[in-house]
Amino acid sequence: MNTFEQCMIQNSQPVPLERIPCLDSAVFRNRIIRKTENHERIVSFFGNKNTAGQIVLFAVMTEKDGLSVTSTKPGDTFESLTPSCPQFHWFERELAETWSLNIINHSWMKPLRFCSPLSNKTDVQAVHPIGEADYFQVEGQEIHEVAVGPVHAGIIEPGHFRFQCFGENVLHLEISLGYQHRGVEKALLNGPDKKTLHYMETVCGDSSIAHGTAYCQLMEGLNHCFPSARAQMLRGIMLELERVANHVGDLGAMANDVGYLPTASYCGRLRGEFLNMTAFICGNRFGRSMLCPGGIRFDIDPNGIEKLFSWISKVYEDTQAAVELLWNSPSVLARFEGTGTLSLKTVRELGIVGVAARACGLEEDVRSNYPSGINRFVHIPVSTWNTGDVFARGFVRWLEIQRSVSFIKEQIQHLVEGPIIKRQVPLQADQFIVSLVEGFRGEIVHAAVTDHQGRFKTYKITDPSFHNWFGLAYAMRNQEISDFPLCNKSFNLSYCGHDL
Amino acid sequence: MLTTLLTRIKQKHRTYPFPDKKPLLPERFRGLPDADCSKCDSGCDECVKACPVNALSKKENQELLIDLGRCLFCLDCTEACPRGAIHFSNIYSLSSAHRKDLIWSNTGPFKPKAVLDKKRRKLFQRSLKLRQVSAGGCNACEADINVLNTPFFDLSRFGIQFVASPRHADGILITGPVTQNMHDALIKTYEAVPDPKIVIALGACAISGGLYSDHAEATGIPSSIPVDLYIPGCPPHPFTILDGLLHLLGIKPNEDKRD
Ligand code: SF4
Repeated sequence: MNTFEQCMIQNSQPVPLERIPCLDSAVFRNRIIRKTENHERIVSFFGNKNTAGQIVLFAVMTEKDGLSVTSTKPGDTFESLTPSCPQFHWFERELAETWSLNIINHSWMKPLRFCSPLSNKTDVQAVHPIGEADYFQVEGQEIHEVAVGPVHAGIIEPGHFRFQCFGENVLHLEISLGYQHRGVEKALLNGPDKKTLHYMETVCGDSSIAHGTAYCQLMEGLNHCFPSARAQMLRGIMLELERVANHVGDLGAMANDVGYLPTASYCGRLRGEFLNMTAFICGNRFGRSMLCPGGIRFDIDPNGIEKLFSWISKVYEDTQAAVELLWNSPSVLARFEGTGTLSLKTVRELGIVGVAARACGLEEDVRSNYPSGINRFVHIPVSTWNTGDVFARGFVRWLEIQRSVSFIKEQIQHLVEGPIIKRQVPLQADQFIVSLVEGFRGEIVHAAVTDHQGRFKTYKITDPSFHNWFGLAYAMRNQEISDFPLCNKSFNLSYCGHDL
Repeated sequence: MLTTLLTRIKQKHRTYPFPDKKPLLPERFRGLPDADCSKCDSGCDECVKACPVNALSKKENQELLIDLGRCLFCLDCTEACPRGAIHFSNIYSLSSAHRKDLIWSNTGPFKPKAVLDKKRRKLFQRSLKLRQVSAGGCNACEADINVLNTPFFDLSRFGIQFVASPRHADGILITGPVTQNMHDALIKTYEAVPDPKIVIALGACAISGGLYSDHAEATGIPSSIPVDLYIPGCPPHPFTILDGLLHLLGIKPNEDKRD
């Protein structure tokens, strides 16, 4: 690949904006199509306005040995990539909505979040009222449509789902979101300020540590004030605690959806134990106020270490017993195996990340592919399975729980001494940076462009759910509609992280 | 089968005897504020400036007010204070039936009341079905409401349950700053609940808009929906939520609000 056609970047290391090549739109497109054919994947695709007021599109992609970024100035129209690369489907709908960009020949252009353009701060009435879209419809005898949401039957976030069914069989599921849209990215512009860190912690509440870490890393990259080894180890411990708590909760929820109540209720309690460990360290069950650019805000003393070590050992034993019941119950396996299967080909085409990708055998894990923080020194093996079904998504979670717990136990005993926080200085001007963290759902990407005063001119958040919602829709094809709750739990995607 | 039974025995009985026993809270738990403003330098307003949600205000005579309906319990004020005057105690009982009672002051007592009128208390005390409406938050409030259904808290022993349809519900529990995109759905859900009904606003977002209070995308709970109980926090601890519900129904008397 011609080096002038792209700029190689590393996780959380800035490059001067001027170093990013700006390609002709056709060259830009061809290059992306070629790369996806070679199994590379889009990491983030977003827009920004340059000083001359022109829209610039940035495409961050995976590479054999890192990440690359290129850009283009599309003018008013951009020829859609979606027909050749389905993984661009949602990104392009987002671009059309946030930048009023005319994307031509898109497979099915419609609103994504039902929000107003990014430039519009006061009059935020969306062009399309929420939920009013041209939904995909199957016609024919005995076809019926099932519509669910936005308010769902459980204690969960809002979203609208439309199933096209033939008898009990789902021919197609369309997912329409945007109900949680609260204008996070708009509010981040011209930051950072005193609210920024709090926005990050609430992008997606169950991933406060993951999104918080992505932001802190990005800040530290932009001002070269890196946290001490101790702070990085404790950040790593918090991130893995968050993963374990969520994975345990998800396994319990999956057990619940197949009516296997023992594991469902044990895991409900055990998840709470892991959240309580997080609260033991920082006072909040979701890790709020633990992180800050430059380090962390709570330390742990030797007594605390001892307590945490024996606590997690005990709780892990109970977790093992509770989860293993699943794998030894034929009635559970009968429901897990072969349900909601995604093929490797589909996963690649849709650019699926995280647990759902690893459940198809793809070794996609930020912690080992683009390591940052403590993961540069301590390797956590990637957990994969190869059947791509509900079972695989559950089993990968179990493998990850085991590895995360041993990581926590090892790190907590070998904490090096040091300060936990370093003072921060202003950010460098005119930089481009991408920060990646493997949240429990998958790859979390924060990208920023700073202006000439070192303020955020663009701040783009890509939650793993943004890649994966379409995967859930796909997994439901030719499934029974009664399997939807189970498939849904096996993905456990975020609405707020998607809607922003 | 044998393993299943054995595991059941090993997992033990886990329900915590709340409210008979005081809850187990983490040592670093952040509950009701506590401030000693006699330490303050005159004219200092570092805490006020540091707060991300403008929850703090300073009055004359060294009076400090913190609006718990806005507060994220984030410690930014504690860290900003050059004299170390502000702390957060482990008092977890924070819910109130009146919005104005959520404003804590370092000079007066914090005694919010949270109890339903007699008629509704009689109706709902032994059986309360709630419909939860999530409207634009971050899903942390929802997560800690869900936790109440686990064996540790075992919410249903108080006759409180979450139901799937507003038609089966006695009230709604709202989380999130109510986005423009959820505004109509919230009103429709509220209207679908038969009278008499109750409304609970849970978390800083639902009570005051929280971080999103100045966003055009967040509209807040419409005035046509009267709120009976405010449960502050970001998110509130499950014990804070449970405590609020039990006070509301009169299962836990308001007198031990500050235990
Ligand atoms: S703890 Fe509450 S009052 Fe203090 S700065 Fe944070 S939000 Fe404001």
